[in-house]
Amino acid sequence: MTTTSIDPAPQGVMNVSRRGFLGGLVGAGSFVLGASWPLASARAASVNEAFAPNVFLAIAPSGVVTIIAHRSEMGTGIRTSLPMVVADELGALWERVTIEQAPGDRSFGSQNTDGSRSIRRFYDVMRVAGASARNMLERAAAARWNVAHTECTTRGHEVVHESTNRTLPFGDLVADAIALDPPAAEDLRYRTRSELNYVGKGVPITDGQDIVTGRATFGIDATLPGMKYASIERPPVLGGTVRAYDATATLAVPGVERVIELSSSTAPHAFKPLGGLAVIGTSTWATLRGRQALEVEWDDGANASYSSETYDAALLASAQAGGRVVRDEGDVDAAFADATRTVEANYELPLLSHAPMEPPCALARVTDDLCEVWAPTQNPQTAQDMLAGEFGLSRDQVVVHVTLLGGGFGRKSKADFVVEAARLAREVGAPVKVTWTREDDVRHDYYHAVSALSMKAALNGDDDVTALRMSTAFPSISTTFDPTARHGSDGELGQGFSDVPFAVPNIRVENGEARGHVRIGWLRSVANIYHAFGVSTFVDELAAARGRDPFEHWLSMLGTDRDLALGDFYSNYGEPLERYPYDIKRLRAVGQLAADRAEWGRDLPRGRGLGFAAHRSFLASVAVVAEVDVTQDGQLTIPRIDMAVDCGLAVHPDRVRSQMEGAAVFGAGVALAGEITAKDGRIEQSNFHDYKIPRIYEAPQDVRVHLVESGELPGGVGEPGVPPIAPAICNAVFAATGKRIRRLPLARHDLSWS
Amino acid sequence: MVTLRINGDEMSLDDVDPTTPLLWVLRDHLGLTGTKFGCGMGQCGSCTIHLDGRATRCCVLPIRDIDGMSVTTIEGLSEDDDHPLQEAWVEAGVPQCGYCQVGQLMSAAALLADNDEPSDDDIDRAMSGNLCRCGTYTRIRSAIHAAARAMR
Ligand code: FES
Ligand code: FES
Repeated sequence: MTTTSIDPAPQGVMNVSRRGFLGGLVGAGSFVLGASWPLASARAASVNEAFAPNVFLAIAPSGVVTIIAHRSEMGTGIRTSLPMVVADELGALWERVTIEQAPGDRSFGSQNTDGSRSIRRFYDVMRVAGASARNMLERAAAARWNVAHTECTTRGHEVVHESTNRTLPFGDLVADAIALDPPAAEDLRYRTRSELNYVGKGVPITDGQDIVTGRATFGIDATLPGMKYASIERPPVLGGTVRAYDATATLAVPGVERVIELSSSTAPHAFKPLGGLAVIGTSTWATLRGRQALEVEWDDGANASYSSETYDAALLASAQAGGRVVRDEGDVDAAFADATRTVEANYELPLLSHAPMEPPCALARVTDDLCEVWAPTQNPQTAQDMLAGEFGLSRDQVVVHVTLLGGGFGRKSKADFVVEAARLAREVGAPVKVTWTREDDVRHDYYHAVSALSMKAALNGDDDVTALRMSTAFPSISTTFDPTARHGSDGELGQGFSDVPFAVPNIRVENGEARGHVRIGWLRSVANIYHAFGVSTFVDELAAARGRDPFEHWLSMLGTDRDLALGDFYSNYGEPLERYPYDIKRLRAVGQLAADRAEWGRDLPRGRGLGFAAHRSFLASVAVVAEVDVTQDGQLTIPRIDMAVDCGLAVHPDRVRSQMEGAAVFGAGVALAGEITAKDGRIEQSNFHDYKIPRIYEAPQDVRVHLVESGELPGGVGEPGVPPIAPAICNAVFAATGKRIRRLPLARHDLSWS
Repeated sequence: MVTLRINGDEMSLDDVDPTTPLLWVLRDHLGLTGTKFGCGMGQCGSCTIHLDGRATRCCVLPIRDIDGMSVTTIEGLSEDDDHPLQEAWVEAGVPQCGYCQVGQLMSAAALLADNDEPSDDDIDRAMSGNLCRCGTYTRIRSAIHAAARAMR
């Protein structure tokens, strides 16, 4: 097996022991190392990520190694996996490593934990950090022993001189290492795969014990002395304002202290708080009772015209009409004109809500020259910027403490809830904790976009597919930031649509217009959800129309093994295609692996069926075989899911597996019952009784994850498992019942058969 | 005035509004934040505690209705963090974000107290009130089986 290459070369490693970058995080006298790293891809560069030092580790004279986790932990295990890479390169014992969570700070590089980027962007950076520290410890020991440092290595928290069997513990070398210059890039040596103890094997997650004992601190658990509680009644329609209110009954509730009117957000809504009426009190319950007693009249504003029924019909018409051509190869119109027959289908998917188990919440304390917040945020730097702007403070006067996140899925990268808490804390003059109710969360989310897709294939006299005309329409995430936006971004369109991998000579991909009326945001795997559903269901429909086995048919649609050539329209998740090619061979291989392990083609009784779907997203490929069981009266269960995964090097295989198992449930939620609708601008659902996510008996009963052994560059893991799940389940429903699902969720459909 | 026995200690809740659900008394008044809020309407199980030994959602449980009863929270589940379920949970790597896991553990502990050899169906029934948005269900099932084996 090869190891991933370190490329490009490290730059700017510096010994910052005396500069105190870590502030209070680690003890004085520690050996502290920072590494900066040039971005692999300027195309993907956010300002945050440019040439900034982005990892820190410290070794105390006691030998305790402190590693800073600078990305947010929301369940992927990243607070363990990245520090583990540092520890492994360093030669540290995991038991003697302490992990500290970084506050929001540019010094760490980008902390925006989304886009399945943490490993792919920081794996190399962590290796540089660990290898640089090791080099300096080796040199410190070599000087003591009067030997060449190249004869030394580290193992088990010690520097070792192999030929003489001498060892020196890390802690004893701290003072010497502080005085050394950092190594030049060409002097760094990285461990080979066989020398690594943790990478590719894994360690237990660092928060496991705290989680099972209830000691883990999530955002909702943060407290400060003298803290007030707040619950906010927000405008039911986006952009609505308070016309009048009566708080008399609210103020009579024991424990309620004040009602504060917050100005409503105006478009572009971006990450701004929505406004409304905040009830301040001495306990959560007082504020909740106070809210119930509140009488408010709202001016709903322009978005009150938004109702899903009419909007969704117009969206489908827009998808069918298409308009903006994103990709155009060959002559699609001529191929359709010459076609012997065509296959056509439309697909529709609803708005979805993230519904992390911990709703948005934040605690803030604000004085004239310091704003401190504690929040479960995926993006502490954006929160820091917004708060600095809000109060006219400099960045170092704003401290964003990142707690554990009780799930994120994209919701908690928006800072609206953090700013709410800070505004109220300043107004009240005491620390304030804002806790969203579940109803607040479901009604005021940054929703996953509703979508419609129109798919058409032309077939010639030999029944070859000669052309594909594919069109998608959805309110773009861009509408949240620019209300005049009408089209999807290249990023959204490149999520499983403009990059359709099929070897068809004539392909045209189009995008119809759509407006936004609620805040649209990114949800775990984003546009891949609807694009994978449309593409993977349609290719299954094509197989049926052509009388072919769905899996064999998919293989044949892929064509020859090649790196897919895609034009400028394709952003490849911010990575150059030369570095992360769209490799048909790897996609085919995961498909084959899933089919083999699931025993594709096995005999099943009526009402049972297998469905296949495969999808590349976030630079990883995942293929799924779903088995469903549909009773004659239409009750559906999912006895088994097989997932084959090629994410390149699996740095922490158990956490890759757990992400895939979770994705199977998340994707099943998309397929089964997930649906948000609006009427007169108001969201119709409010809590888990009407926005249903899978329960233990509804979720796939047996999820088998098959990892491709790979030494290729690491790809994404948190999101790529989701997109192929829903189409695989629905293709299985077709195999089991003959019923084709073109509109999600399944809860809308009668699946009974006879 | 409401009196409760919480993790073995007698507690008089004199200045707490008696309509307050136990969840908020635990979290806001007693600082026992292991028990979580997820929905506030008995739908998600994040707030599961044991009330006189039975798994109960305490977000919809006003304390005036449970005067004199005995409450166990995650903080009182085991002496030394060594309930077989806690050990099985760590061993199997069940938690992802971890937010729902306290509620899951409390439901599972009540199940195993009654049934030391639960079937998959028994588990699905006992755990059906506990949502996990991260999707840890298959590991929850296998960890419950493992803990049951360890307890037998
Ligand atoms: S918070 Fe009590 S069941 Fe959800
Ligand atoms: S582990 Fe995250 S909600 Fe269950």
